[in-house]
Amino acid sequence: MKMVVAIIKPFKLDEVREALSAIGVQGITVTEVKGFGRQKGHTELYRGAEYVVDFLPKVKLEAAVQASLLDQVVEAIEKSARTGKIGDGKIFVHELEQVIRIRTGETGAEAL
Amino acid sequence: MKKLFVSFVLLAALCGASATVHAEEAAVAAEAVATVVEAAAAAAPVPDKGDTTWMMLSTLLVILMIVPGLSLFYGGLVRAKNMLSVLSQVFAIFALVSVLWVIYGYTLAFGDGGVLNGVIGDLSKLFLAGVTPDSTAATFTDGVVIPELTFVAFQLTFAAITTALIVGGFAERIKFSALLVFSALWFTFSYLPIAHMVWATGGYLFEMGALDFAGGTVVHINAGIAALVGAIVIGKRIGYGKEAMAPHNLPMTMIGASLLWVGWFGFNAGSNLEATGGAALALLNTIVATGAAALSWMYAEWLLRGKPSMLGIASGAVAGLVAVTPAAGLVGPMGAIVLGAIAGVVCLWAVSNLKKSLGYDDSLDVFGIHAVGGIIGAIGTGIFVSPALGGVGVDGYTMGGQVMTQATGVLVTVVWSGVVSFVLFKLIDVAMGLRVSEEAEREGLDTATHGERAYSL
Repeated sequence: MKMVVAIIKPFKLDEVREALSAIGVQGITVTEVKGFGRQKGHTELYRGAEYVVDFLPKVKLEAAVQASLLDQVVEAIEKSARTGKIGDGKIFVHELEQVIRIRTGETGAEAL
Repeated sequence: MKKLFVSFVLLAALCGASATVHAEEAAVAAEAVATVVEAAAAAAPVPDKGDTTWMMLSTLLVILMIVPGLSLFYGGLVRAKNMLSVLSQVFAIFALVSVLWVIYGYTLAFGDGGVLNGVIGDLSKLFLAGVTPDSTAATFTDGVVIPELTFVAFQLTFAAITTALIVGGFAERIKFSALLVFSALWFTFSYLPIAHMVWATGGYLFEMGALDFAGGTVVHINAGIAALVGAIVIGKRIGYGKEAMAPHNLPMTMIGASLLWVGWFGFNAGSNLEATGGAALALLNTIVATGAAALSWMYAEWLLRGKPSMLGIASGAVAGLVAVTPAAGLVGPMGAIVLGAIAGVVCLWAVSNLKKSLGYDDSLDVFGIHAVGGIIGAIGTGIFVSPALGGVGVDGYTMGGQVMTQATGVLVTVVWSGVVSFVLFKLIDVAMGLRVSEEAEREGLDTATHGERAYSL
């Protein structure tokens, strides 16, 4: 099993969710986050005070999937989240040791 | 806790001492007033119901400016961790000043102070002695009166908003107990004398012919200077100029600015004291000067900084409201537009360039908007009151003479408020400390001082 973590542009979330549903991903977890990468921040001006905002709002999504589905999942996120402009985000893939469904106690692939 | 108690005792002593000394005096005065009222009953003018209604409505509008309006305008501008502290400060000051006003404020501001009448009133109406539903107050028209209680309530709201405005200068770091003591003392030693000098018969600036329709000097310059002195004496916020201190909720600030604008019609058009054409002039001026100032700030910011901001439009509107306050019933609509347009640009300069070059931390720009806008309005009133420029004119008007009189009014207010504020801040700092601990400031005043938070998940 694999844990796929992706940082994407917030407005791309719906497209990514649809693409993942279409290939059979059962569930994802989404968090609003801030961060910086190669994309530069912006300046904000409040009356006379100027602030450089380095951390831009992004969405982090996490999906636990079967190893066999990994390539499709990565491809789906890549395609649906891409705008071609700087700041499209990144995908991280981790090994996933164990999954447990709390309600039934099922473990492993059964619990996905 | 101990210090909080001390501040309470101080307040109680202030009220208690005057109570015992003057209770007897007050009773005698009440009797005297009653006799006079009886004797004059036959010929006494009767308040017009329309005027009375208008003045009560205006009073409510000014309360709308303060409790929700100013609170939200200020609240949105601070960081989320200090939201409730600002709301509490404005609310508590309104409550405090309203009580002090009827106990001793009204009589000191509008009484006849005898030899001291140039500066302050007397204590003949302590505890509103002799003020009944039948007593009346004069308006600007001979033979036209309004119920005195209406006048008392209307003027109460002016004292309250002036004292509450100061909060913006040292928001996010003031100790709440120290603020309450400061507010009571500043109201007594700065607001009351200035209000008397400008608005009461026999007051030094009133007799000199200084024009202040709704409180450019009394309210805005007075409060703006106190806020600047406070910001300097207390010192900058921790991290000022290094950490981001962006406003936490600009929609709140927009709602607050809008409530200020609506409430300001009571403030300016209500200051006419009668529901007449003069009130209509003040009402229209309060719309167009504000519009002109919002536009001039917006375009200046757009031109100089690249983007027209919502905060800029709202700040410009407030600057325009401040500038038209002393002028409202005295200048024509075109004069009001010019005044507003000037105030928008100059106040933008004050809050960005002037503030940066002088290096003080006036958190919410009370000085840059209220004192600077108030000075523009006070001086501008002397110019645009001219009949040649569409104003209503005054007897024996010369532009140079009137501008000099206006400048004297500004100077007296700046010096008086500056000195009183400086002495009070220093005294309170020594007696009980003005500022919260560094730890409390970093944590935020909401939890550290008030034990609650504005927003939770």
